[in-house]
Amino acid sequence: MSDEYNQKNVPLEAQSSDTISGTSGTPSKDIDYVRPAELPEQDLYHGHSFITKWIFCQDAKIIGVQYFLTAVFTGIVGLVLSWLMRLQLGYPDLVPFITAEHYYQFVTMHGMIMVVYFLTALFLGGFGNYLIPLMVGARDMVFPYVNMVSFWMFFIAVCVLMASFFVPGGPTGAGWTLYPPQAILPGTPGSNMGIILMLVSLSLFVIGFTMGGLNYIITILQARTRGMTLMRMPLTIWGIFTATALAMLAFPALLVSCIMMTLDKMLETSFFMPTIVQAGEVLDYGGGSPVLFQHLFWFFGHPEVYIVALPAFGIVSDLISVHARKNIFGYRMMVWAIVGIGGLSFFVWAHHMYVSGMNPWFGFFFATTTLIIAVPTALKVYNWIITLFRANIRMNTVMLFCLGFIVTFVNGGITGIFLGNVAVDIPLSDTYFVIAHFHMVMGIAPLMVIMGAVYHWFPLVTGRMLSEKLGKWHFWFTFLGAYSIYFPMHYLGFIGVPRRYFEMYDSPYVASATGLNEFITLAALIVGFSQLIFIYNIVSSLSIGKPAGKNPWKANSLEWLTPEVPPAHGNWGEKLPVIHRWPYDFNVPGAKEDYITQTTPPSEVISAEVEKT
Amino acid sequence: MSDNSLNNLPGGFKGMSHDMGSDQTAFKGVQWGKVMMWIFLLSDTFIFSCFLISYMKGRTSTVVDWPNTSEVFSLHVGGVPVPLLLIAIMTFVLITSSGTMALAVKYGYEKNRKMCGWLILATAIGGLTFVGMQIFEWSKLIHEGVRPWENPFGAKQFGSFFFMITGFHGTHVSIGVIFLFIYARKVFRGDFDNGKRGFFTTMKSDYVAIEILGLYWHFVDLVWVFIFAFFYLW
Repeated sequence: MSDEYNQKNVPLEAQSSDTISGTSGTPSKDIDYVRPAELPEQDLYHGHSFITKWIFCQDAKIIGVQYFLTAVFTGIVGLVLSWLMRLQLGYPDLVPFITAEHYYQFVTMHGMIMVVYFLTALFLGGFGNYLIPLMVGARDMVFPYVNMVSFWMFFIAVCVLMASFFVPGGPTGAGWTLYPPQAILPGTPGSNMGIILMLVSLSLFVIGFTMGGLNYIITILQARTRGMTLMRMPLTIWGIFTATALAMLAFPALLVSCIMMTLDKMLETSFFMPTIVQAGEVLDYGGGSPVLFQHLFWFFGHPEVYIVALPAFGIVSDLISVHARKNIFGYRMMVWAIVGIGGLSFFVWAHHMYVSGMNPWFGFFFATTTLIIAVPTALKVYNWIITLFRANIRMNTVMLFCLGFIVTFVNGGITGIFLGNVAVDIPLSDTYFVIAHFHMVMGIAPLMVIMGAVYHWFPLVTGRMLSEKLGKWHFWFTFLGAYSIYFPMHYLGFIGVPRRYFEMYDSPYVASATGLNEFITLAALIVGFSQLIFIYNIVSSLSIGKPAGKNPWKANSLEWLTPEVPPAHGNWGEKLPVIHRWPYDFNVPGAKEDYITQTTPPSEVISAEVEKT
Repeated sequence: MSDNSLNNLPGGFKGMSHDMGSDQTAFKGVQWGKVMMWIFLLSDTFIFSCFLISYMKGRTSTVVDWPNTSEVFSLHVGGVPVPLLLIAIMTFVLITSSGTMALAVKYGYEKNRKMCGWLILATAIGGLTFVGMQIFEWSKLIHEGVRPWENPFGAKQFGSFFFMITGFHGTHVSIGVIFLFIYARKVFRGDFDNGKRGFFTTMKSDYVAIEILGLYWHFVDLVWVFIFAFFYLW
């Protein structure tokens, strides 16, 4: 083909979008015209041995699966920790080895594992690695070697984190926010090796993630295939892209606060440590600012919420569109909402610090910015609902999880508006209302998307379908169970049950909560165990699942259009795909089938009234 | 990619929207490695910003007075304290090394292997000199009793922030020096001319790599200017 890449003479002249898309060019032009390749073929390293193919692998798809499995393993540890916490809260003193110290350690490790090592790694490392090269039409990530190192850094970070369970004193019990001064002072569980290992592990995670993040961003910006404009990318990619950009700018604050706290612990510097009298003795610390840590931590911590949420937004948009057989409503609005939420997320961090003590005007400012975020977020929810409106919905497991996501997310989002207001937040702060809010909005909601996404992309990764029957059982257990856990917690918060308390003892005002606490604990156990259905489904479907064949969902996006399923190393066989449209041409009037894949040239669907993208 | 074809692209804002709206690449004619370095440096900027903002916060909120920096950092030449002497030399050396780096990039693109290699070596030696002088300054302060956890001249945060931030910057310089030596060897051996594959990455490389290394080096230099201003002039 003459328009393949030509080293000597690459025409890079300015072209209007008409000639890029080719759909409405002048009649004399070829309507299937797509600009020639700008870049030469990517040079790939092909592994030969077991070690280079499966362990130190440079194929983004394998790395994605490695990330996924490691993250799920840590997530299961986090799940077991949450059971132990719930057992203590529902039935105090039932389990003899759960002391107050252990309870705080479980709270801390559960929080840190779920937010950083499970959700972040799963969405960006797992789905990001697997889907980015496939969805933008690249052969692999742009720096496969760095990508491999990224996973192994993450793996080491997880090992260091897990090692903290086995050191003297156990893991840190400072709460997942690790607030100094208590995090590094004696009296807090794990204030010696525990906190040090936690800080080291987080630093390693940041370093590893930076390597991966550079890959994701540059693959999306600079390695798209012919015809793939930014505004033709699936929303999954937009979500992952924006989240990665946030991570690149937010993780530095975490790294800096980790370094400073490590020095406070190990060299007795006083970055975050004020003058402290402990047991009648003045410690060597003095002159530091604990609130500085809170600012640094939440400058990372709030974008972190969106690092988890934005990929979920993106993925769920694609799942809804495919399984509702309808184009996503307001694609451009969805893109700008993702980017807008990402940008705004850097200006809201102090809403986590309303009770830390700050100038009231600061609270006013941060309440305003926080509530502004509700606008693009609500816009996305409306667009999902309008996409579903009068659509040809397939009520399968994937769609159930998407619907579950919308409901849960709306619930969690609305309680977020409560907590974003200073005056409402102050009485609700540090109660179970907060727990309910963030578990709904960044725990269960993204988890629904992850599960939906696994049901959706499992056929791509393994070539076999998951069982629908088991999937539906899994969905109803998870969805109803999760609601039974978190919905009553709003009420607990309203009556004033404080979070992070080991036991309520005989506080009369929480007497009414005893039964509710037992109920929540039972629900948590059932939801946790019902995940065995999911695991069984995955393991058994690997061998006895129905063979999926090519493109089982009749989706449009590129990942389903590889020559082999599951895709081989290099993804595309001989030639890279050429893109002619966005991935949402479902049920286009005038088209023969109800979907038009991204690679279908306009000349093949001449009578279809497609969107101009 | 020849410069000729890049010249045909529209310029200014129109060019930006054209590039962003086009397929394949958002930054036309920019190599992957170069984009990576720019985005990495953006991320690194946030790290140093967090450090320096924490420093400003720490310095303005200590209860004990901050030491007089022009006394603490002065060198005694013939019994007379000369403020800013050492730091002026350090800054001069580092900025000069940025100059040699820029020349190395130029000769690299001209495929002048020898000049390019020597200039990279000169840059590396400039970096080494800087690190050496930093070690000298650290040992002088440590000798005078300044530690990360204490400071005989005033607020203890002075020692903490000084050693942490200059240490973090010094680590950046040292990593840069290591890479400069590696790249000097690669240039002299002709790896960028004959397309020898990398030991770890197994990928071919060309003289763009020198420019990417240069970006990093200039960044480290630029950060030093800020550290210099905030620690020594404030």
